[in-house]
Amino acid sequence: MVTVENLTKCYGSFTAVSNLSFEIGGGHVYGFLGPNGAGKSTTMNIMAGCLSASEGNIKIGGYDIFEEPKKAKRLIGYLPEQPPLYMNETPAEYLKFVGEAKGLKGQELKQHVENVIVQTHIEDVRNCLVSKLSKGYKQRVGIAQALLGSPEVIILDEPTAGLDPVQIVEIRDLVKQLGQTHTVIFISHILSEVQAICEKVLIIAKGRLVAFDEPGNLEKLLLGSNEILFTAEASAAETNNILKSIEDITEWDLTEKDNGIVTANVKTGTSSPYEVCRTLFFAFASEEKALLEIKPKKASLEDVFIELTENREENL
Amino acid sequence: MIAVLKHELSGYFHSLSAYIFGAFLLVFVGIGTMFYNIYQAVANFEYVLNFVSLVFVIIIPILTMRVIAEERKQKTDQLLYSLPITTTQLVTGKYIAMLIVYLIPLCIISLYPLVFAQFGEVYLPASYGSLFAFFIMGAALIAIGTFISSLTVNQGIAAEISVLIFLFNYYSASLAEYVSSTTQGSLAALFIISVIMGLIVNFLAKNKTLAYITTLLLMLITVVIYFADKTLFEGMLPDIMEKLSLFERFNTFVNGVFDVTSVIYYVTIAIFFLFLAVQSLEKRRYN
Repeated sequence: MVTVENLTKCYGSFTAVSNLSFEIGGGHVYGFLGPNGAGKSTTMNIMAGCLSASEGNIKIGGYDIFEEPKKAKRLIGYLPEQPPLYMNETPAEYLKFVGEAKGLKGQELKQHVENVIVQTHIEDVRNCLVSKLSKGYKQRVGIAQALLGSPEVIILDEPTAGLDPVQIVEIRDLVKQLGQTHTVIFISHILSEVQAICEKVLIIAKGRLVAFDEPGNLEKLLLGSNEILFTAEASAAETNNILKSIEDITEWDLTEKDNGIVTANVKTGTSSPYEVCRTLFFAFASEEKALLEIKPKKASLEDVFIELTENREENL
Repeated sequence: MIAVLKHELSGYFHSLSAYIFGAFLLVFVGIGTMFYNIYQAVANFEYVLNFVSLVFVIIIPILTMRVIAEERKQKTDQLLYSLPITTTQLVTGKYIAMLIVYLIPLCIISLYPLVFAQFGEVYLPASYGSLFAFFIMGAALIAIGTFISSLTVNQGIAAEISVLIFLFNYYSASLAEYVSSTTQGSLAALFIISVIMGLIVNFLAKNKTLAYITTLLLMLITVVIYFADKTLFEGMLPDIMEKLSLFERFNTFVNGVFDVTSVIYYVTIAIFFLFLAVQSLEKRRYN
């Protein structure tokens, strides 16, 4: 459905996107993940026809966005980072304009506008001025315009940014629902959000694609740090003795607190972190020392990016 | 294009700009009519239009200042770029919407000569010829205003630049009498125009080398012509200033001559600046 080949975008001497290539099939929710400034929005702006590329090409449903922009754009619904709304219009007027610009007419236009209003739950505010709407509703109106004309590819650039938790859940549900009938590209820099709703995840950093995998595989990557954090009711000496007795623990770092509590960060060898957690639990139990907290250390998103960019970039 | 046109028209009538524009035009034409046609009992309606043309300096920027600048400010330009419409369709749709807003008060004004004809002898071809020229001159000014609006995010700055340019254009014919008519003066003026062309190329193409080449090439052509035939440069600068003045050309119509070359000039100016507005929008895609 979407093919990106050797895409490069330079702003003067700064390279925002560098030699990016990937292919996206139809009918799933794809997460497009990366830290701020990674080139996510630039890539999506180029895909939606808002920006030109310095090099490379993009095909949407077989149509090149630069050679046949009209045909390619008919297949795309795009919600930029800031919803592009006219403040002195009502959602109904705004959607009518976008629908007409997408080539819808008469009864078909009315039907499409009505459908997206219902789909995004903005029936109550359809005749209120956009300037008077809450951020959540504005975001919904933005999503509604992207859905008009039933485009095959829907690009949503951080649609949950700045929303309250209830609104975030609602938007996520809507995105999941859309993924059943459309190809949705969901841009975010929040890993947990992407993991929750996306079937495949693309990670981009410094303008380069560093991973394109299923969230499950990404999870494994996150657990791959082989580090365990625990807090125990024991002295540093007692903890040292226990840790020395466990073979698979290679090194550790202890911090003893005044109230007889120690916190530790241990590195394991080849065993799975959960296996070592189990061993630690029984080791402390046999010494009658309470383990107050224990968990495998998950790499932060930044750690993953650093690892991916430093170790994998060369190979991709 | 139709979608953009309908949307723009709806925007003008939702906001006050269409009403302010129409009201200003009607008020000033009304004042002019009262002084020239009623108090002084002159039968020539074209004199009123000549008097009112100065008002364009203020009211055209009111109409054009937000047309593209506001899209960029509200970030709605991203929506327009992502829709299956070309920038040419976009600019044309916006331009036609402004022409319609401009035509509505003109339709009311067009009744005035007919009303006067009921009370005396009015030479209607001169009145309507001038009214047509008045429309087409306004259309050229609207195209210039549209281009200026495409250069900035701030509609206030767009309005200020438009007012300054229109004011200079209005008085350029009068100022022409005070500028140097010597060959050296003309040479200097053509050099300045070459530099301005280079700056425009640099702005549109973001290519300094191309801008330098354009400027140097134009300067070279100027110097070659200068040494080939110096007489061509005598009085050239005031002549250029007079010829470029949109308002000065309107006087020909007021004097009862339907000047087709001026009509072509106005149409050319309108197309040229709309083309520049399209290029200015396209350029943003490359930044």
